[in-house]
Amino acid sequence: MPDGDVASTPSEAESIARRVGGTVVVKAQVHAGGRGKAGGVKLAKNPAEAAEAAEKILGMSIKGLVVQKVLVVPAADIVTEAYMGLIMDRASQRPVFMVSPAGGIDIEEVAAKTPEKIRRLAVDPRYGILPHQALGLALFLYKDIAQARQAARIMEQLYGVFTANGCSLAEINPLVTTPDGKVLALDAKVSIDDNELDRRPDLALLRDETAEEPSEVQARRANLTFIKLSGNVGCVVNGAGLAMATMDLVKYYGGDPANFLDIGGSSNPDKVVNALRIITADPAVKAILFNIFGGITRTDDVANGIKTALAQFPVKVPIVVRLTGTNEAEAVKILQGIGMTALSDMDEAVQKVVALVKEAA
Amino acid sequence: MSIFANKATRLLVQGITGRDGSFHARQMLEYGTQLVAGVTPGKGGQTFEGKVPVFNTVAEAVQATGATAAVIYVPPVGAAGAIFEAVDAGLPFVVCITEGVPVMDMARVLPFVREKGARLLGPNCPGLITPGECKIGIIPGNICKPGRVGLVSRSGTLTYEVVNHLTRNGIGQSTCVGIGGDPLNGTSFIDCLRAFQDDPGTDAIVMMGEIGGTDEQNAAEFVKQHVTKPVVGFIAGQTAPPGRRMGHAGAIISGSSGTAAEKIAAFEAAGIAVMKRPVDVVNLVKAKLK
Repeated sequence: MPDGDVASTPSEAESIARRVGGTVVVKAQVHAGGRGKAGGVKLAKNPAEAAEAAEKILGMSIKGLVVQKVLVVPAADIVTEAYMGLIMDRASQRPVFMVSPAGGIDIEEVAAKTPEKIRRLAVDPRYGILPHQALGLALFLYKDIAQARQAARIMEQLYGVFTANGCSLAEINPLVTTPDGKVLALDAKVSIDDNELDRRPDLALLRDETAEEPSEVQARRANLTFIKLSGNVGCVVNGAGLAMATMDLVKYYGGDPANFLDIGGSSNPDKVVNALRIITADPAVKAILFNIFGGITRTDDVANGIKTALAQFPVKVPIVVRLTGTNEAEAVKILQGIGMTALSDMDEAVQKVVALVKEAA
Repeated sequence: MSIFANKATRLLVQGITGRDGSFHARQMLEYGTQLVAGVTPGKGGQTFEGKVPVFNTVAEAVQATGATAAVIYVPPVGAAGAIFEAVDAGLPFVVCITEGVPVMDMARVLPFVREKGARLLGPNCPGLITPGECKIGIIPGNICKPGRVGLVSRSGTLTYEVVNHLTRNGIGQSTCVGIGGDPLNGTSFIDCLRAFQDDPGTDAIVMMGEIGGTDEQNAAEFVKQHVTKPVVGFIAGQTAPPGRRMGHAGAIISGSSGTAAEKIAAFEAAGIAVMKRPVDVVNLVKAKLK
């Protein structure tokens, strides 16, 4: 890894450039690829130019994300660019290395157009990557044995980072060679498995919530799985599969879902209150659909959640409730008590909510 | 007839004294599952519901009760350890209900499961039910009915939705299996398809998939080559945006692969009748069984 540091102002960028000396690269730090194409990577010959580059990049928007930090590193004199990545592969159920001498660009494009330029290796997690495996892969990248040895060492380190931090992806792109024969990791990206965060509060702290949709951050804090979409039918569903099928059915009947929302298996009325709060905050939402199939989730808890929410804050759009399963009779009674009706059929409920949205338009 | 579990299955529950474990253990007892033991380290010697002995370790429980299967309700960080313990004790069938198990843990435990020749169902799954005989997991028993349609799904509540339609229309099930929504799991669609194909008690198969990965495409290829029984299929997530994790850790479209359209095309190419809506299962299964 080359020397360098992160700056959030042009003057910080200038002083980092002064410290490392020589020509530097100023790179936007955002959770998105394609930074180079968007103009988020600039070369600077001296500290003044570094400040200028930082001035231009800071505040720019890349794939909808505003750049708040730049990385300032010495510009490497590059001879070759390669790719080295490690993913958790579903098919082989193992970590799989992917390397390609065609680095510096989108690896998915390389895989699609010139698959012969990629070599893969599935690692047995019981033994980790073995020295001869790493060297074999490295020799696919470099003919020079000294460079191959450096690349093999980087591969072993990357595997260590991957397993120690519960990554679903760790990649170095580009992995470069310099005129003096050095192999350097110029840029890297990791994705952490969400399930790892419960036992790794240190990693959870790294999550940059400013780079996320605010309603999704709010939902995660309330233990809800929520993804904002572009439509106008708000959806509250229990279970991820049923939630997706509900969105699909809204579309099937001519509507457009405003969100994916899974309240999960446990039936805590507070979850329903939070779900309604988040959905009603979206001005695009014209009607709300509840689709609850009670198993572990008790439908009366959901009905109580709706009742509590309506008592706490106004909901100005119509709500259509479909519920069936555990404690259905009690749930229907609770809803009737507040002047609401409950449907038991999913298709009927979806058709009804789509019709309401069309009326409102 | 059935696949993976039936009235002869002798089940033990790992995490039987926990909140979820005790609740569902009671439900499984009520359903008539032969629940022979519970395991919670430190609670050995207790008795659950006045009739199920609790042990400190799985090995002890197996030795004392002749258990043949385990179901796991322990928190995510302990789940892989519980799978190792059950398989190490020689149990041939282990069901892990736990949601949120770190994927790295699954990568470590799966080679061990395979090496020992055990079958793991899950994690992050609702388990399975052989109606009228045995329920392992959390699928509500009252929506199922004994019969001759086998069902396999990556989802929980979506499975209930479809099973409910079948039962209400008089179509019973041989076994309903939820393989779970995680990217790395023990039992695949293909494992279930093969078992249903070989099960003389199953006449038709319903397969419920979703976006993400290539399991459904591989399953479709398997159907084309090896399954002579009629198959009806569904794919959830046609409206899902790319790159986002849709609740299930495995439900994510990456690049252009894993889309619903791609999976539906694979189903159709394999002669699988594809439902547009969950309710379509009734007419499609009826048509296939004629």
